[in-house]
Amino acid sequence: MTDIASLQSDILAQILAAGDETALEAIRVAALGKKGSISELLKMLGAMSPDERKTQGPLLNGLRDCVGDAIAARKTQLADAALEARLKTETVDVSLPPRPELQGSVHPIAQVLDEITAIFADMGFAVAEGPDVEYDDYNFTKLNIPPDHPARQMQDTFYVAPQTDGSSHVLRTHTSPVQVRTMLNQKPPIRIISPGRTYRVDSDATHSPMFHQVEALVVDEGIHLGHLKWTVEEFCKAFFEIDEIELRARPSFFPFTEPSLEWDMRCDRSVPGKIIFGHGNDWLELGGSGLVHPRVLANCGIDPVRYQGFAFGFGLDRMAMLKYGIPDIRSFFESDLRWLRHYGFAALDIPTLDGGLSK
Amino acid sequence: MKFTLSWLKEHLETEADVQTIADKLTNIGLEVESIEDAGARLKDFTVAQIVSAEKHPNADKLRLCMVNAGDKDLLQIVCGAPNARAGIKVVLARPGTVIPASGEALKIGTIRGVESRGMMCSARELLLGEDHDGIIELTGDAIVGAPAAPALGLTDPVIDVSITPNRGDATSVHGIARDLAAAGLGTLRTKKVDPVAGKFPSPRKITLDFTPENKSACPIFAGRLIRNVKNGPSPQWVQDRLKSVGMKSISALVDTTNLIAQDRGRPLHVFDADKLSGNLHARMARDHEQVLALDAKTYVLDSETVVIADDSFARGIGGVMGGEDTGVSSETKNVFVESAWFDPARVARAGRKLGIISDARYRFERGVDPQSVLPGLELCTRLILDWCGGEPSDVVVAGELPPPHKHIDFDPALVENLGGMQIDTDESIRILSRLGFTVLEDGDILHVTPPSFRRDIDGPADLVEEIVRIHGLSGVPSVPLDRDRAVAKPVLTSAQRRARAVRRTLAARGFNECVSFSFIGRDQAKLFGGGDDARQLSNPIASDLDALRPSPLPSLLAAASRNAARGLSDFSLFEIGPAFQSGMPEAQTTNAAGIIAGAGIRDWGKSGHAADVFDAKAAMFAGLEAAMGGPMTAPVTAGAPAWFHPGRSGTVALGPKQIGWFGELHPKILAAFALKIPVSAFEINLDAVPEPKSRKGRAVFSPSPYQAIERDFAFVVDAKLAAGDIVRAAKGADRALIESVSVFDVYEGKAVGDGKKSVAIAVRIQPKDKTLTEAEIEALAGKIIAAAAKLGAILRA
Repeated sequence: MTDIASLQSDILAQILAAGDETALEAIRVAALGKKGSISELLKMLGAMSPDERKTQGPLLNGLRDCVGDAIAARKTQLADAALEARLKTETVDVSLPPRPELQGSVHPIAQVLDEITAIFADMGFAVAEGPDVEYDDYNFTKLNIPPDHPARQMQDTFYVAPQTDGSSHVLRTHTSPVQVRTMLNQKPPIRIISPGRTYRVDSDATHSPMFHQVEALVVDEGIHLGHLKWTVEEFCKAFFEIDEIELRARPSFFPFTEPSLEWDMRCDRSVPGKIIFGHGNDWLELGGSGLVHPRVLANCGIDPVRYQGFAFGFGLDRMAMLKYGIPDIRSFFESDLRWLRHYGFAALDIPTLDGGLSK
Repeated sequence: MKFTLSWLKEHLETEADVQTIADKLTNIGLEVESIEDAGARLKDFTVAQIVSAEKHPNADKLRLCMVNAGDKDLLQIVCGAPNARAGIKVVLARPGTVIPASGEALKIGTIRGVESRGMMCSARELLLGEDHDGIIELTGDAIVGAPAAPALGLTDPVIDVSITPNRGDATSVHGIARDLAAAGLGTLRTKKVDPVAGKFPSPRKITLDFTPENKSACPIFAGRLIRNVKNGPSPQWVQDRLKSVGMKSISALVDTTNLIAQDRGRPLHVFDADKLSGNLHARMARDHEQVLALDAKTYVLDSETVVIADDSFARGIGGVMGGEDTGVSSETKNVFVESAWFDPARVARAGRKLGIISDARYRFERGVDPQSVLPGLELCTRLILDWCGGEPSDVVVAGELPPPHKHIDFDPALVENLGGMQIDTDESIRILSRLGFTVLEDGDILHVTPPSFRRDIDGPADLVEEIVRIHGLSGVPSVPLDRDRAVAKPVLTSAQRRARAVRRTLAARGFNECVSFSFIGRDQAKLFGGGDDARQLSNPIASDLDALRPSPLPSLLAAASRNAARGLSDFSLFEIGPAFQSGMPEAQTTNAAGIIAGAGIRDWGKSGHAADVFDAKAAMFAGLEAAMGGPMTAPVTAGAPAWFHPGRSGTVALGPKQIGWFGELHPKILAAFALKIPVSAFEINLDAVPEPKSRKGRAVFSPSPYQAIERDFAFVVDAKLAAGDIVRAAKGADRALIESVSVFDVYEGKAVGDGKKSVAIAVRIQPKDKTLTEAEIEALAGKIIAAAAKLGAILRA
């Protein structure tokens, strides 16, 4: 009996003292191996009397299990210690920068157009597009701007050199020719916006020879100035993300609309360099609009007695400037990386009505 | 169009102040650009008188002045003006007053050891003119101590109104007053013009020498001779008035016409009759006929331009500008006054062709009131007689007034149908009448005849505009558009969706989006297959922006060059925009182009590498897959257009349609853009990318339950053989079992011999219906090796 107890304490002491897995394995072989001390004792069980076996059996099995568990525990302990020691040698300088990746961006014009499209799409407007080089007829004549009309000087036009077939075309001065193309190809009801590049021979601190417009056109029965006002209002509320706005209409002149009017929005410019929408004592010019001139409808094959429509347009670049506080229109087209990174938008900043339009 | 408040009040009886008037003008469509109220601006400046002016003790050119400013004590002021002398009355700025020219407040100063307690101002310091030779001398009746503005004649605010091209009737003070009166801001009180009886028959006759086709160019021409006039300066009030609205006073005879143009919107011309030979004629110019105009330039005319001629020469461009040779001078004794009506379209065309901007053109091309031909002539006669004396002849007239407007049948209900607001028919009639329209009620319909000065009115919609503009647009209600479904339908076209997908895919890959001008320099366009005549602009804004770009790539390379010059390196740019194939409408495609620039980001982990063809290929494939909504399977062939490196570029095409290009750029292109860093590029013609298949639904997901096997093969092949050919051959060995083939190593070197290379591929085999036996796998490997062998590939030992 005392043999078993002293053997157990002896082996457990050895296990505890084992410094590495090799030593531990040697102890295991010495105790539990084929010829190990415990194995030898277990072999003797067979020669014992049943009574003796009854008492010695559990004792010896207990010894075996106890030593086995102790070895396993010590093994885990040693492995943990070894791993810990290895990990201690594997440190890096985490203050080093991460692997470099280029940060891309979406241009403010594309982003703001996506915002505007989301708003108008919800109001049932499709997006119509057309070419940058345009027929004089679509850019002017069908829009009730005959040759030599002084209104042509309102829009200093780029002319493209004569073509081989003798024809001569213009760079569109507005996106209104897209309205013409739409009306020529589609019967009312029509609801579109027409965004795109536009060109005028004009270049100074506040003008760029290329800029962007987005125009809206609605043609249906019974469309009047009230619908125009509502649409401009709802657009501005959604685009500038303000609950209340105040609009002012001023009579104006565009050959393709009658009556023609321009919209201003109440704002506050009392803090230099800042503009707050919705209240204040200043007015911000939004853009021109009006009811589609009956002659334009007729020119585009739409019965002006049955149908009425409204159109309005504004500068896409200007909208981006106002909303995101970008000071200079010319900077939009200079592709200065510092500017693109500063004013650009992340690829996944996709404007949605549910998630919000502004980023 | 500028006018002063007092000038307006000559035509409009009103108690309204300048701000009320300005607000009303804007509200009725005559947009106020600015109100210049010099009296208010100069309110801190007062009248003072120099009592004594002695030499400054320490400076020869300065004077030490004692100035009476109306205070108990005199002010000591040091002044450098040569005209500073005792007795004159001056404009005084006291310390603290902000000087307009400098924008700074005046301080008490010490000049050469002497204290100076104020400043006597020059015209330039007050921004009243360019005169800086001396201080302003006020007239003797100016009251010392009183505000200087009245003494300077500056009590009158100047209003500047922007006139839209349809409103020829509003290019005069009278016309503006008429609009304001219609809008209820006062009563129109323009003085009537009494005809002046002629004293003798005009010795000069007028003829209209037109063919029937162009007789509408100048349907009426009137004039009269006035003899024994004496030209000199016009009265001071006229000079002041012209100056106040930014016009120069020339002489009494010229000022009459400028004053009447501004006051009544009626352009006139005064000839020195002694310089005319014979009679006056209005006719079309002869081709290449020349005229020396009042701006001292000679213009070459064509047969679409109207001229006023005498028996010898063209003497003026009708409705645009008079002639230099027959203009009046201080010696002029006899004048002939011209008052005519010119066709707006022809005036506009002539003015534009000749590049002349003049007050006459401004008015004629917007449409002058034809009925003003004779009253204008009479008013001019009256002023000449008043200011220059002389004796008028009878009036001679050739032609007749253009036919009056036809009446418009107008249903007053249209006001609400278009305007969206209710305005009483009585109110509509009242507005139209005050604007000069004649309105006859006929049951529910109104017969409305526009006045002669409203040539812009030609339909019922115009009448609605007149009514709502004068009534006020603030009453327009907000009326929602119908919403035909609760949840809005998607609206974007497939092309629009694809452009978006490409944009955000490239941005996510580190590309910064640019938007650049559609026109570039011709030299650059030529490098990219453009720059032909058909893609030139006739009137470019700058010589390096004269060609429609054949591709967005040159714009991006120019941008890369500018950014590199700023010391930026390692960046990627892209643009989605037009590429022009000719100067015809619709001959453009929407292209997505990108560039990758730089030698590789310097990184402690050495992860960077110089931009190369495979960066461009990866970005292009990502873009194409975004556009196509699925894997890029179109074949790639070696080589691309000339602006790419011939050996390091590729083209993607589907059938005959080229979808795009990628590669490193040709060294000559890099040199042309002064780029010293490696640049690779790609361009996709989005219009040529095939439409994606239906977006809805997916194929059934059926993963194979059997283990996939990967087998590697290394082949020695001819160095020129494309790895893509080996991949394609391997795939073709068993299309059902082989899921994918990838190249994982390419090696050239001694071990494989000259002119050879080793290409190692990994073939992934995916059994579909059973586990393959070793023998079956070996058989498949044999087929792959055999397929490669057809290309001359030998399995590497």
